[in-house]
Amino acid sequence: MTRDPMQPDATATTSASATPSAKAPALRVDASHSGAHSGSHSGSHSAATTTAIKVRAFSSWYGSFQALKSLDLDIPAQQVTAFIGPSGCGKSTFLRWINRMNDTIPSARAEGTLELHGMNLLGKGVDVVELRRNVGMVFQKPNPFPKSIYDNVAFGPRLHKNYSRAELDQLVEQSLRQASIWNEVKDRLHASALGLSGGQQQRLCIARAIAVGPEVLLMDEPCSALDPKSTLAIEELIETLADRYTIVIVTHNMQQAARVSDLTAFFYEGALIETGATEKMFTTPKNKQTEDYVTGRFG
Amino acid sequence: MNGPLQPASDLPSGPARGASAAFDLRSLGRPRSVRGRDLRERLIVGSLAVAATFSIAVTFGIVIVLANETLGFFRFDEVSVTEFFTGTEWNPLLGAEKHFGIWPLVAGTLLVTVIAASFALPLGLVSAIYLSEYASPRVRSTLKPALEILAGIPTVVYGFFALMVITPALQKLNPALADVAGGAFVFGNYNALSAGLAMGIMILPIVCSLSEDALRAVPRGLRDGAFALGGTRFDVSVKVVVPAALSGIVAAFLLAISRAIGETMIVALAAGGVAQITANPAAEVQTMTAYMVQIFLGDAPAGGVEYKSSYAVAATLFVITLLLTMLGQYILRRFREEYD
Repeated sequence: MTRDPMQPDATATTSASATPSAKAPALRVDASHSGAHSGSHSGSHSAATTTAIKVRAFSSWYGSFQALKSLDLDIPAQQVTAFIGPSGCGKSTFLRWINRMNDTIPSARAEGTLELHGMNLLGKGVDVVELRRNVGMVFQKPNPFPKSIYDNVAFGPRLHKNYSRAELDQLVEQSLRQASIWNEVKDRLHASALGLSGGQQQRLCIARAIAVGPEVLLMDEPCSALDPKSTLAIEELIETLADRYTIVIVTHNMQQAARVSDLTAFFYEGALIETGATEKMFTTPKNKQTEDYVTGRFG
Repeated sequence: MNGPLQPASDLPSGPARGASAAFDLRSLGRPRSVRGRDLRERLIVGSLAVAATFSIAVTFGIVIVLANETLGFFRFDEVSVTEFFTGTEWNPLLGAEKHFGIWPLVAGTLLVTVIAASFALPLGLVSAIYLSEYASPRVRSTLKPALEILAGIPTVVYGFFALMVITPALQKLNPALADVAGGAFVFGNYNALSAGLAMGIMILPIVCSLSEDALRAVPRGLRDGAFALGGTRFDVSVKVVVPAALSGIVAAFLLAISRAIGETMIVALAAGGVAQITANPAAEVQTMTAYMVQIFLGDAPAGGVEYKSSYAVAATLFVITLLLTMLGQYILRRFREEYD
């Protein structure tokens, strides 16, 4: 069962208004956005992009099933990288290797090179707790703890360090501000987080991830359980966060990939088919499979 | 239900064969009687209603008998309601003057239950955390059924175990305890600690199994969220999973405590028969249930005041466990977090 929203309209109504409006304007928006963001006309953003995460000949298995096949990829620092591809193509699996969330699955194993700033992430000796402080994660379904809003954000920091009351207050406020949710919750910080709407819960989860001070944020389909308005709020948030954080986002929504990302990687059946600047991937892809997928001809 | 109805319209005309090359699936089978079906439905509904009414009626019958006999007890001249609820002396069988103050029996029950709970609740919760958060699927699938078998052992066996194993073991401490507080803590053949520990072993599987169910019901997403923030397995278990499952854990505790309060064989065998208010675990105590066993086993003539007194004790016990059960239900409903 595929969840890609573009696919049905695009294949069914080739000449109808849905197809061009789904593709072309999104790309134009993206072009201007990513232009302002990186590369072409800006000098404000750090000019030469440094590689945050280096992937070489990376393969992984669940038992005897090979989920990822010899990936090579450079994920640039302080940019947004989108992973796209049909369900079951391995993009979420790969994401969960970056912060070693796959450790909880006994049959999962990996080979090859996966480095964060030159530090090998796969070895037995990796301090997973320290790694996850550096690499935060936001999940598909908002998963706030059944605690107060304040305690949700303070949860991560409290695991790692001792704070004074005032320091913690400041940290919570800053995290909530960065996640653009401070104004909505500042009067009810000690109310249960489960009382928030889905979109607010997801931004709270982003604040919670930010609070431990990561460098990388992994987002696994962060908007797939949200309505369009909340989705827009998260996308705007991702754009502002990209100034500080290296963001990797898995998405089934091609327009979303086009809108928010600088770099796009297309996965298919466990292999990385094509990688490139988002603008190029959506206008002039080199690979036929990529073209078919981004134009909604299969998925 | 409406499956058989649809082909029925075709049946009078008979199966249409030969006309088309395609085989008609609806031509298969013989029609079922509509009247027979309706009669069967009515019979089933009727017998279900009888069964349900019967079980409810029996429960109410027990409560009514209990209330009636308890009122009968309070009509005796030796008995006063005030003394029953405030008195600190209970000696219906011995002594020149009979006293019916419920507190010594309540205190005996309380002492044994507290001993059992302080042993079984922490241990049960820790085992549940191990099973739910740490154990491999293989270990869990062996241990959980084993625990549930433990819950099926007849309680008289635990009573025997207390008398034959726990008490002798405790008595090994007697030489060391002889000089403490004038020998007040020397264990006799009957004592509250032995019965309490046996009762703790008895309720341990209940605590563990129900708490584990509550922990396992916590959505995986919460664990993932906590792991992703750099939590260790212990952080995740203690700071996220246990708090999220707290209502279920408390309900498990209350159910286990109700079981302990109502437990009879262990205390009748191992705790002794002296109704007294004490906190000394080495002392002999009588619980509410043990008193009832004593009366109904023939120590008192039927119909007398001593005989009727056990109904009043039973009613008190019933009210206490009923309140605990209701508290458990309330906590479960009031504090349950709604995950979808």
